[in-house]
Amino acid sequence: MSFYPFVVAAWLLLIGLYGVVTSRNLIHLIVCMQVVQASTYVLLLSIGFRHDAVPPVFAEVPVGTPAVDPVVQALALTDVVVGATVSALLFALAVQVHKRSHTLDPARLSGLRG
Amino acid sequence: MSRQARTMLFLVGAVGLGVLVLWAYAGLPDFGHYKGPYGDILNAVSVPERNITDVVTAVNFDYRGFDTLGEEFILFAAVIGVAILLRAQRDEEEREATEFAFGRSAPRTSDAVRVVAITLVGPTVVTGLYIVAHGHLTPGGGFQGGVVLATALVLVYLAGEYVFLRRTAPLSLVEVCEAIGGGGFAVIGLAGLVAGLAYMENVFPLGEVGRLNSAGTVPLINLSVGLEVAAGFVLILVEFLEQTLMVRLKERT
Repeated sequence: MSFYPFVVAAWLLLIGLYGVVTSRNLIHLIVCMQVVQASTYVLLLSIGFRHDAVPPVFAEVPVGTPAVDPVVQALALTDVVVGATVSALLFALAVQVHKRSHTLDPARLSGLRG
Repeated sequence: MSRQARTMLFLVGAVGLGVLVLWAYAGLPDFGHYKGPYGDILNAVSVPERNITDVVTAVNFDYRGFDTLGEEFILFAAVIGVAILLRAQRDEEEREATEFAFGRSAPRTSDAVRVVAITLVGPTVVTGLYIVAHGHLTPGGGFQGGVVLATALVLVYLAGEYVFLRRTAPLSLVEVCEAIGGGGFAVIGLAGLVAGLAYMENVFPLGEVGRLNSAGTVPLINLSVGLEVAAGFVLILVEFLEQTLMVRLKERT
């Protein structure tokens, strides 16, 4: 059971990539990319987890109490913020694509137009 | 390449990738047995050195503050990118959208939604400010609180019409907030240089552990980031709403 969270991270990575490859809609594709990114959250947080430990907040528990790793949590925070803003940027691109070619199907977006 | 061929190619590659990823993960320490050392060092020194009880905030805005400055500018760049992408073709879009929406009347917001949204605006603003201000004491900080504050303006939009959102948060004001929030972080970092130390060094008085006015520069950076995140998300929201709602605005006027 101690390996289970890492399997979840690997599964999210692969199923998200599957969605990206088979997607027929750019909005769906962006959401699939967010699933891929979710695998990094799971991986980061499971690396820093420790059984029978408190969160890395010492407002009510004394310093020295066993706590989980704060570094990976800070990285996950960065990850979430960057993920959200990059998704917004991609959605804006999808809006532009639909405006120019009247389709959101990546397979029907053939060739570059100047 | 046909869809089936592409999927088959992916499946072959995915099996290989899956095996490699699981193999790599198997080399990590067992789940629940974090070995350190960095997390343990930070957990031990954050309170005595910086009077910060939330170690995640200590990492983000103090020990690793310079990285977070870069992260904040990723957010800034993405917001500007969305604004540029959705602004360029605006007048063309308005004409097109009018045609698409011909004869379609805008549905009215239901009273239930309006009542719930208007009731939640106040508590949401207070919660957002609380989370921003207590970032160095309890879980929270500028990023988390900023998103909550932006939600308050989404509720304003839900409670009324798009014009109410524009009146509550005029675009020029939001843009200025975004710039002040983004620049504020970089400027607070300069305090370290003025004091003759490194950039981003926490030089302000550290105060007393557990107090709102403790932890030196960290609460100020949190406020600055909170302002930027809230303004940034409102700008993104406004840009997307303009894409779909300009039609409604034009019909009303």
